[in-house]
Amino acid sequence: MNKHPNLMFPRVACVLALSLLAGGCASTSQNPDDPFEPYNRAMFGFNEAVDKAAIKPLARGYDEVAPLPVKSGVGNFFGNVGDIWIGFNNLLQGKAGDAFNDAGRVLINSTVGILGVFDVASELGLEKHDEDFGQTLGVWGVGEGAYFVVPFFGPRTLRDTAVLPIDLAGDNVWAIDSVATRNALTGLRLIHTRAALLGVDKTLEEGTLDKYAYARDFYLQQRRYKVYDGHPPREDFDDLSAAAIGAGADAAARAARTLELAFINDETASTGSRP
Amino acid sequence: MKRFFSCILVAASLFSLPAVAADSAPDELVKTVTNDVLTIVRQDKEIQAGNTRKAVDLVEEKVLPHFNFRRMTILAVGRDWRSATPEQQRLLIDSFKTLLVRTYSNALTQYKNQQIDFKPLRAAPGDSDVIVRTEVRQPGATPVQIDYSLEKNTDGWKVYDVVVAGVSLVTNYRGTFSQEIRSGGIDGLIKALEEKNRQLEQAGAKA
Repeated sequence: MNKHPNLMFPRVACVLALSLLAGGCASTSQNPDDPFEPYNRAMFGFNEAVDKAAIKPLARGYDEVAPLPVKSGVGNFFGNVGDIWIGFNNLLQGKAGDAFNDAGRVLINSTVGILGVFDVASELGLEKHDEDFGQTLGVWGVGEGAYFVVPFFGPRTLRDTAVLPIDLAGDNVWAIDSVATRNALTGLRLIHTRAALLGVDKTLEEGTLDKYAYARDFYLQQRRYKVYDGHPPREDFDDLSAAAIGAGADAAARAARTLELAFINDETASTGSRP
Repeated sequence: MKRFFSCILVAASLFSLPAVAADSAPDELVKTVTNDVLTIVRQDKEIQAGNTRKAVDLVEEKVLPHFNFRRMTILAVGRDWRSATPEQQRLLIDSFKTLLVRTYSNALTQYKNQQIDFKPLRAAPGDSDVIVRTEVRQPGATPVQIDYSLEKNTDGWKVYDVVVAGVSLVTNYRGTFSQEIRSGGIDGLIKALEEKNRQLEQAGAKA
């Protein structure tokens, strides 16, 4: 694999094609969000193998060697670079105030914060946001599509996979002309991001019955949460209050909660005493 | 003397009703428990080095009493809960509780100087179901929201859900759980949980 990196892509394409076919035939698709489950599981395993062999060891080394101020500076630097694209997406989503906030962050952090190494803007109360073009499409009403594990990049939805090239192009590190600098920065960012997630994989490994499914459900829920900027309509117990969601997020949340409470009371009443 | 104090307390609370609510405020509870636990973790070299047994002891002593595992299990199992017998329900609660305590304890051993901000509670004095919002900050990383759902029982406020960055750690189990139930019934799920706990126990004993 190392000697012929270009051979991997045909193989990936084969797995993809086969599983898409299989997915098309299978009538007993278990999770409605995940029609490509056989492919996704395979790709999840592949990404994990890559991570275990190459990325995680580097991230561990980085985590141990780099002192906290360095890690903090690296995180802030990439955070600052990302704020430009975040601000642009806020503008596309019609949130002028947030976009203004993001522009202010870039201005302050690039200057007073010395090229973004210090996040002065957060200290001043300019909140950091989390936006990308996939979320913008979500706000515009584009459905997320099926769950899809992208080689190397990991969990996405079909919508976010389709705009992945745009999100990468909109990101300033990729716009740097010098290939060496760009590669170095991309590598550093990858390792820094991975280092911040050390421990999460352990928790995932230990705390779940099916790591793949738990990671998938977590990703999808979090994605919806982000598209709604932290105020998603509450997903509920079963589809009984689906109509209520249309009546507004608040009403849905209340309905769902009442439903859950009614359910629990019902259950308590039928089983009698609590242990 | 103690009695005298409680008399005064009762009298005071009668005169100032809002003080009653503040007396057992859920946000105060979350804050106290979190700070207590983290103070211990910051000083305990063994927990920092990954001693899971010690972390489990700490969680069982300080955190466990404030959680309603019955409700958490019901939320995680979802509608299949109704079809479980009382004995199956008891086993489900027990095994899920063991799994959660273990996972949470292991997460504690990875704690590294993150700072926790407690957001002001937005709830009416009479509310019996509230969300306490916190934010975990780490230099150079986007802050992570952690929200605790609490309900008021006869024996005080109990946490029944923990929501990290918008995702409920409890209901997120529902997909996997119903998958297990579909293939092996309620007993299949109980078996899978117990098997997982056994594996973790053995791995912990080896380490």
